[in-house]
Amino acid sequence: MVTTTQDLREIVATVPDPELPVVTIEQLGILRDVRVGPSGHVTVDITPTYSGCPAMDAIRADIVARLAEHGIHSVDVRTELAPAWTTDWITPDGRAALEEHGIAPPGRDTLLSRGRKSHGPAAPIDLTLSVRCPHCGSPDTRELSRFGSTACKALWVCRACQEPFDHVKAL
Amino acid sequence: MTTPRVAYALALGDDALVLAQRLGEWVARAPELEEDVALANIALDLLGQARTLLRYAGDLEGAGRDEDALAYWRDDRDFRNALLVELPNGDFAVTMARQLVFAAYQYELYDRLRASSDDTLAAVAGKAVKEVHYHRDHATQWVLRLGDGTDESRRRMVAGLATVWPYADELFQPDDATAALVADGVAVDPPTLREPWTSYVEGVLAEAGLELPEAAAPRSGGRRGLHTEHLGFLLAEMQHLHRSHPGATW
Repeated sequence: MVTTTQDLREIVATVPDPELPVVTIEQLGILRDVRVGPSGHVTVDITPTYSGCPAMDAIRADIVARLAEHGIHSVDVRTELAPAWTTDWITPDGRAALEEHGIAPPGRDTLLSRGRKSHGPAAPIDLTLSVRCPHCGSPDTRELSRFGSTACKALWVCRACQEPFDHVKAL
Repeated sequence: MTTPRVAYALALGDDALVLAQRLGEWVARAPELEEDVALANIALDLLGQARTLLRYAGDLEGAGRDEDALAYWRDDRDFRNALLVELPNGDFAVTMARQLVFAAYQYELYDRLRASSDDTLAAVAGKAVKEVHYHRDHATQWVLRLGDGTDESRRRMVAGLATVWPYADELFQPDDATAALVADGVAVDPPTLREPWTSYVEGVLAEAGLELPEAAAPRSGGRRGLHTEHLGFLLAEMQHLHRSHPGATW
């Protein structure tokens, strides 16, 4: 019988993200907290990547189901908006798993100026980071579309190997 | 009970909900596949913001209305969105003109609302401001491309801006409900957004080689429930399934 918060966290942490199943919700940084009350009631806090992320309902159901497999049936899954999720919360092994499966993680390899200034008084120069192709490793890539197959991804293509790929955009 | 705070959350939520519905109409009709995806993604972000805001409005109201009740069971006179977001999509240039005007406004709004004394509004804004930054950039790129493109694309961009321009003013009008909240640090005073909005939009138009549209009589009324004839048709499409089959899920 599982009782400690640490055990519970380890169980919940194995739930994969429904839209990026190569990473778990913990690796993606959307699992925020697991608590157990005196009566054994379990509360799990998750945070959405984007406000409209349609995977939240599936994630909630998956967490409840995973805990049920371990005999835990008194569960609340709560959604917390603050502090807002950022791609910085993707763990190093999560980033590695994404890259291994052909999805470029939000990167910080090379600074490139997009060559277009921001508007407004004293606005900072917009910088964008070169994205390394997850297939061949070339930094010679370009953005096809800022918006990709899910809210958290953009569509890129590699100039070196010509392959298109998804890129988890920095947020 | 419709307190000023309920009215404020409804206004913000209705802006997001109605624009999400409009942008959804582009899916499978956009000029290129990437734009189907982009506009659907932007609509989804807005829908997510609307869900949280309407749920919060319903909780505050305390009359047992959840986000679905507010989205599907109110008639047009009860919606508090600005007229801008209910305008028909027009051609792609009209939609991009509206996106630039609205995203630039919403960005400045959420950027300041992050400091709201209301924890829920601050949390929504903190989340949404990062999404809207992408929306604003998307619209900016298209206005530059169309404005600084061919004669035809430029002609359409000029016409698109002229279409939406009279509706921008409503976004910055003060209203009594909001005024009561501004003093408490809950709401952002709409007139304070005009200067940073103008600065951004004028910068984009200048870079696109476009002139500011000529001043036209401003149009308003949405915040008071006085809408254009277009909202009723939008709501009919959005609400009919839920009204025909209450509680339907899939």
